[in-house]
Amino acid sequence: MKKDKQIKLALKNCGSIDPEKIENYIAVDGYKALGTCLGEKGSSEIIDVIKASGLRGRGGGGFPTGEKWEMASKFVADQKYVICNADEGDPGAFMDRSILEGDPHVVLEAMAICGYSIGATEGYIYIRAEYPLAIKRLKMAIDQAKEAGLLGINILGSGFDFDIRLKYGAGAFVCGEETALIASMEGKRGTPVIKPPYPVECGYKGKPTIVNNVETYANIPVIINKGAEWFSSIGTSGSKGTKVFALAGKVKNVGLVEVPMGTTLRELIYDIGGGIINGKKFKAVQSGGPSGGCLTEKHLDTPIDYESLKECGSMMGSGGMIVMDEDDCMVAVAQFYLDFSVEESCGKCVPCREGNHVLYQILNKITHGKGELKDLDKLKAISEVVKSTSLCGLGQTSPNPVLSTLTNFYDEYYDHVVNKKCVSKQCRALVEYKIIEDNCIGCTACKRVCPAEAITGEVKGKHVIDPELCIKCGACIEKCKFNAIIVE
Amino acid sequence: MTCNKNKNMINKLTDICNEFNNDPDDLIGILHKAQGEFGYLPKEVQIIIAELIKIPSSKIYGVVTFYSYFTMKAKGKYPISVCMGTACYVKGAEKVLKEFEDKLKIKNGETTPDGKFSMSSLRCVGACGLAPVVSIGEKIYGSVKVEEVEKILSEY
Ligand SMILES: Cc1cc2nc3c(=O)[nH]c(=O)nc-3n(C[C@H](O)[C@H](O)[C@H](O)COP(=O)(O)O)c2cc1C
Ligand code: SF4
Ligand code: SF4
Ligand code: FES
Repeated sequence: MKKDKQIKLALKNCGSIDPEKIENYIAVDGYKALGTCLGEKGSSEIIDVIKASGLRGRGGGGFPTGEKWEMASKFVADQKYVICNADEGDPGAFMDRSILEGDPHVVLEAMAICGYSIGATEGYIYIRAEYPLAIKRLKMAIDQAKEAGLLGINILGSGFDFDIRLKYGAGAFVCGEETALIASMEGKRGTPVIKPPYPVECGYKGKPTIVNNVETYANIPVIINKGAEWFSSIGTSGSKGTKVFALAGKVKNVGLVEVPMGTTLRELIYDIGGGIINGKKFKAVQSGGPSGGCLTEKHLDTPIDYESLKECGSMMGSGGMIVMDEDDCMVAVAQFYLDFSVEESCGKCVPCREGNHVLYQILNKITHGKGELKDLDKLKAISEVVKSTSLCGLGQTSPNPVLSTLTNFYDEYYDHVVNKKCVSKQCRALVEYKIIEDNCIGCTACKRVCPAEAITGEVKGKHVIDPELCIKCGACIEKCKFNAIIVE
Repeated sequence: MTCNKNKNMINKLTDICNEFNNDPDDLIGILHKAQGEFGYLPKEVQIIIAELIKIPSSKIYGVVTFYSYFTMKAKGKYPISVCMGTACYVKGAEKVLKEFEDKLKIKNGETTPDGKFSMSSLRCVGACGLAPVVSIGEKIYGSVKVEEVEKILSEY
């Protein structure tokens, strides 16, 4: 059975309305949900609808949104806060940016609904400074909504006040973690703190605070408008609605896609993504960015939902989805993600700060041809320690790329450390450049370009590369017009 | 003269902090604006902000050094990068780097006092066939020889 592949809920207005005009948003039922809530519904009624819809957080953790709102609503405080997490730090992902740029009002409307439900009058959007267009559109949208009486004092004559301000990030991935985000909003270094207490009890300025992701908010108005039952009819038993992914890497159609939960990885990569480019062979798919894992051919029929992906050693994550083919070296991929985690660890706790560094060094050793078999056991052991003893989600998930590649691509690691071979020919230290005598016409182009003077030969004579001198930079291969140089 | 410069700096920072009601909660917003104004966040700027919003300057230093968006060093108008990847290294990039340092009288990572040039080194930029590679702003120079450094600098 082929399902209708894409369903647009979070992205429904992106690209089809002018994001700089509030009239356009209102024309497609914009702010209708807020009107319904303020006019006809009590706060507990709204929370019940969100709970019944089965909506779970789209920022990575997958916590049920309605339950989160309910907890915050039950704490008594003179002020509560509604925060939108727009820090989107996963390298290569841009779902949240697209929503903020293409449909800023949907986020404002949802935050106001959240504020009304939990009893908060102030909202903040924590947005990365690297998103200038999204910032500009949000500022415009806030001004327009205030002017139209849809934000500010006494919204729609209901007596409910709600205001939204922007706060900026400053280039720290860990600030996407909610407690670090709150510290950053308070003008501090963005280091996470131990939970509990959770932000719903003690968050911004010590008050009950909701932190939700951009895409989570983007689903709220449509749930209110169309009802919990309708929403929960989409998806699987544990994961309702849709998820937006930024499909990237070696697929034909890269870009944003929104699919119902339960769509399989195969449908996403082949039916929507159009398969692998250049007729190459599929090797792996990585979801969840630096916190996720690499899945293989045998996982392709896994339905995309929170639990299934976790069971195979990856995670839903915020929506990054990178497809890799036979040319990608899985050890090098793990090393790439570890490099990211080492850079971004806040340094507060030892297992994450030191452990990730050691993992990186071992991987580096392996990709440079100096690995030993016992290094593979070390990788596994250290990964387990980092995962189980780090304070926040960053350290608790950063070894996932290592563990998943070790499990799913053990042969490739084994080849690197025992046979000193990199099948995908990505690890420079493990490959050899050679000239095929029969193809070489002796044009001398390679000899002239080689920075290490490793190539010898006379004009019109056969050329050879001295493996001792060759630094494997690949400059010669680019110059040879006769396909005479190969990498082995 | 320095006194005037300082006064100007204090005035600008006072305006910026006022915009945020001198609220330490908005430190990151204040630092963004200050960096937008001065291009970087040197010690003096941090000390002035500390006095204005009444928090220890060590706190500000902690924040500035935590976030990769903030920098305490001014970049030159023409940032010079010398590739120190393997290919460039074997082709003498180190000597080229040294020549730039000698001619500009600054060390790698520094900026000339007039703010014109700053120096940095990079890992392989993927143009090994052109080693050693130097970039100045957007412009790329390949096969750079030590003797050419002076001529290259005179273009700016
Ligand atoms: C290291 C780290 C980075 C995170 N980055 C983000 C992010 O960029 N955006 C986001 O919405 N959530 C991010 N999260 C998850 C947040 O902590 C939080 O769970 C989420 O914003 C809650 O919203 P949701 O329930 O709507 O998903 C991150 C978590 C960790 C541990
Ligand atoms: S796990 Fe890493 S990022 Fe998280 S608190 Fe510890 S050191 Fe910081
Ligand atoms: S560039 Fe190719 S054809 Fe020319 S000398 Fe080198 S190997 Fe031979
Ligand atoms: S080493 Fe300099 S360009 Fe590759």
